[in-house]
Amino acid sequence: MLNAKPTWKSTLKTLLYLAPLLLITAVFTIWPLLNAFLMSVYTKYNYFTDHVGAIGWNNFAYLWHDPLFHLACRNTLLLALVATPLTVALSLLIAYGLNRIHHLARFFRTIYFLPFVTSTIAVGLVWNWIFRLDGGLLNRILGWFGYSAIDWLNDPHYALAALMVVCVWQGLGFNILLFLASLNHIDQRYTAAARLDGANAWQRFTNVTWPLLLPMTILIIVNTALTNFKVFDQVYALFHGSAGPGNADLTLLYYLYQKFYVENQYAVAAASGVIFFLLIGGVTLLTYGYFRHRRRQMGGRL
Amino acid sequence: MQVTLRDIKLAYDHQPATLNHFSAQLPDGQLTALLGPSGSGKSTVLNLLAGLLTPDAGQIYFDQTEVTHLASRQRHIGMVFQDYALYPHLTVRDNIAFPLKMAHVRKAARYQRVAELAQLVQMTDQLAKFPRQLSGGQQQRVAIARALAKRPDLLLLDEPLSSLDTTLREDLREGIHRIQRATGVTTVLVTHDQDDALQIADQIMILADGRLQQVGTGTALYRHPHNLTVAQSIGRPQLNTCAVTALPTAWRQVLPLEYYQQATTVGIRSEALHLETPTDPHTVAGTISRQIQLGRDHQTTLHTATLRLVSTALPATLQTAVSIGLDPTGCLLFAADGRCIWAGDAHA
Repeated sequence: MLNAKPTWKSTLKTLLYLAPLLLITAVFTIWPLLNAFLMSVYTKYNYFTDHVGAIGWNNFAYLWHDPLFHLACRNTLLLALVATPLTVALSLLIAYGLNRIHHLARFFRTIYFLPFVTSTIAVGLVWNWIFRLDGGLLNRILGWFGYSAIDWLNDPHYALAALMVVCVWQGLGFNILLFLASLNHIDQRYTAAARLDGANAWQRFTNVTWPLLLPMTILIIVNTALTNFKVFDQVYALFHGSAGPGNADLTLLYYLYQKFYVENQYAVAAASGVIFFLLIGGVTLLTYGYFRHRRRQMGGRL
Repeated sequence: MQVTLRDIKLAYDHQPATLNHFSAQLPDGQLTALLGPSGSGKSTVLNLLAGLLTPDAGQIYFDQTEVTHLASRQRHIGMVFQDYALYPHLTVRDNIAFPLKMAHVRKAARYQRVAELAQLVQMTDQLAKFPRQLSGGQQQRVAIARALAKRPDLLLLDEPLSSLDTTLREDLREGIHRIQRATGVTTVLVTHDQDDALQIADQIMILADGRLQQVGTGTALYRHPHNLTVAQSIGRPQLNTCAVTALPTAWRQVLPLEYYQQATTVGIRSEALHLETPTDPHTVAGTISRQIQLGRDHQTTLHTATLRLVSTALPATLQTAVSIGLDPTGCLLFAADGRCIWAGDAHA
């Protein structure tokens, strides 16, 4: 029946169907999340006996005064703010190009998609070799152009840039795929109409293709920003289990990892996790709000 | 602007040529309809004019200028696509102003032109809406306004009425006619519906099998078709046809013997079959198998000993056995190659 009204009975029945998944989500996502929130306010806490001595905001105060945490915040924000637009712009450019070439498009698509399906550890090792001071591919290429070699991974000035390069490169594949799908979805008639309306290639892109891509672009921006906020394994692989020279590549997640697994400051780790959560939650809400605003502007489309 | 297509050839990949040695001329300031069944190549002709397709051979001229390889955006053409292709992210106002914006016309001038066009297509009160908020007919009018925005030399309409319901069709057909008269722009209308073509076109081109079958006014095409294809594509209900050998002897006698002997196919217009007194020597006995009322007219399906015919000249009757006379002016004779050799009173 298409017009069946929900009743208590039908709702209960639905819940029963959903129960297995709900149970798994509750045990493995919601319960740990709640615990993390709670743990962030435990001040005299024994993780192994689960004994809570006192409750308060001390962990947050600690973070407030910890220069390492400040550094982690700065690095994470810098990484997200630089790598995200770069990734999105590059993937759009490449997707647009791939959409227009007819030969070898499938081949290039595979090439660009490879980073996405390759393990980050392997990727990190390969990039580690590319960035090496002597014999590294990047420095060799720079050498051809007459630039002196840069110690990408050991110079604190360049280590974050190196990490950004890896993040951008790794983010391309999936985003290109999404952009390509979205480009293929745009009706050819709009571009044909724009052509007849006298629009040149650039005008067609800015006035027709780009606005029609906007919903997908917003999705990709949010997704890429979140990915770049959550960088951890790339750092781990690139610098062999350290946060780079002089903590130059210390990200929020790396900070959390260190506090929890290395320094055993569980409550501080939980508190930094809460701040991390608020940060990415804020970013998501902000973009979502913008998306809603644009949708209303465009008369409910998108 | 007069448009000339000369000896055009075009084939899509791995297919026989859609157009072969196609030549046609569209007179300045007139509304020309390209009429043909789907697959006849009529949309291909439109896309060639629009510059969305390039011919494999042949030339296209706008007045005396050759434009065969000129890009669409330099041809100064307005086009209304089949389902309008209005930009979904722009308001009606910005949709209409789009071609002007592309030409870097200042905003004030742009919106003034939009106001004029909105008046012309009667959409003044809808300018702030988005395309998805409009009905099909309104979208069509916006598309026409957009196509006219930069005062094109040529207006192309690709089946603009096909997705509308009947009442709206009538309205918008009138609308297109009125706008074309008001602007005087040379217009090409592609359609598969003879009513669209007959009601608004100054001249009709009939396309079939990638060839131009005949060009002329609705009257000329109906009265003097060049061949069987043309005769069958104009007129409703469709022309009755039969082999000359199957035609009853009583009817043969009303047709001119000299042409009759060369013909292989006879075409009989539905209005040429009428009721006659049985005493008349040129009548044929028939039975009525079905009679339907189509508004003012009756459409009758008849059977004679050998033929099944449709007539619109029979009055409403309860009889089933009738005597039917044949009016020679509604008859056409076709040679074996489909050429029309006699068309009622004059030979083609």
